[in-house]
Amino acid sequence: MTELAARLEGVGKSYPHFALNDVNLDLPTGSVTGFIGANGAGKSTTIRILMGLVHHDRGTVTVLGQPMPAGQAAAKSNLGFVSEDMRLYKAATLAWHMEFVQSVFPSWDQTYAESLMTRFDLKAAHPIKGLSHGQRVKAALLLALARRPKLLILDEPTTGLDPVARHEVLAALMEALADESRTILFSSQNTLDVEQISDQIAFIDGGRIVASGDKERFLDQWRRFRLDVPQGTTLPVLPGTMASAAQPHGARLQVVVTSRFEPSMAAGYKAAGITVQAIEPLTLEEIFVTTVMSKKAGATR
Amino acid sequence: MYVQIMEQIKQRVMVGDWPRSEEIPSIRQLAVTLSVSVITIKRAYLELEREGVIVTQHGKPSRVAAEPDLTSRDYEAELAHHVTEAARLCGLIGLSHDDLSERLRAAVDQLKKEQP
Repeated sequence: MTELAARLEGVGKSYPHFALNDVNLDLPTGSVTGFIGANGAGKSTTIRILMGLVHHDRGTVTVLGQPMPAGQAAAKSNLGFVSEDMRLYKAATLAWHMEFVQSVFPSWDQTYAESLMTRFDLKAAHPIKGLSHGQRVKAALLLALARRPKLLILDEPTTGLDPVARHEVLAALMEALADESRTILFSSQNTLDVEQISDQIAFIDGGRIVASGDKERFLDQWRRFRLDVPQGTTLPVLPGTMASAAQPHGARLQVVVTSRFEPSMAAGYKAAGITVQAIEPLTLEEIFVTTVMSKKAGATR
Repeated sequence: MYVQIMEQIKQRVMVGDWPRSEEIPSIRQLAVTLSVSVITIKRAYLELEREGVIVTQHGKPSRVAAEPDLTSRDYEAELAHHVTEAARLCGLIGLSHDDLSERLRAAVDQLKKEQP
């Protein structure tokens, strides 16, 4: 049994205009979980519940062995959090923030903090107000990483970063993972980032987790078939397949996407008199969009 | 993505960056170095073991196989790539066919001389 850094079971939270429903999510120790969802899907609410910043109405939440929100004080000594809208004191310098965090968290590692400062190209003496968005994100990340937290929760850490800064941030995250006892949950709209560094993936849409699982297996299960359907032949409906909406019904060239790929499916099409022109893997972004769109259309057969 | 990692590793083994029977980085180390998820590297190692390129033992560092099974097809592909590159560079700096052949012959001779 894998150890878990955090677990959400049947978690729900209702607001007048939005509800989070039956969220189940396990974060195994030592893993990176990518949390993908559109704006307003419930990513931040879920993250805030994990952080004890929002209290859930239903279900149970355990973080680093502590029940949330009751045990949040104990959990937070080992919990690092960075969100894109996190504010640092504008008039104060990065050095001031570092001293401040160090005074609260005994686990602060000054050597590591300084190496991150060099790596992120940040200056200790700079007041926060003079920093760019990217520099502020890196500063916030430095303040969280240098505490060497067991669980690092990042809300959109790479949003709005230039390609070089994104690369620096992702590399720093992976480096933190060299210690097997560390766990990362990060939300992102950038599926490329998630595809690169995540071990497992959770898709959230409309306040529900619509899919989650081991990344490689996930990518393995999705395929796109390009089919040549001769006139007079009916396209058989295989389990877990969705016809792409992009083509008119009855067209000869059809594209079918499946979330439960089996090599035998190709034979199934051939037996029906259909030529399989290509079987292609999908990117995480395509999978995400397909999942959300098909849920919206109720088109999953 | 694991397929790309597999190809990179095979190349390293082929060119000798990762010598035969030598220890290779742990899954986690390589994940950190390449900034790629642990599960992707794990999958690549698993497939490479199945293909006989590396050997993994529980609780011990993984190693390159003593006789890694890099099918000749891989060598062919690598050779074809280098030959194409050589031809391209040759055109770029304006060398004649004979110049290129001569250089290649010299390189082969040089390699023979170096090897005991």
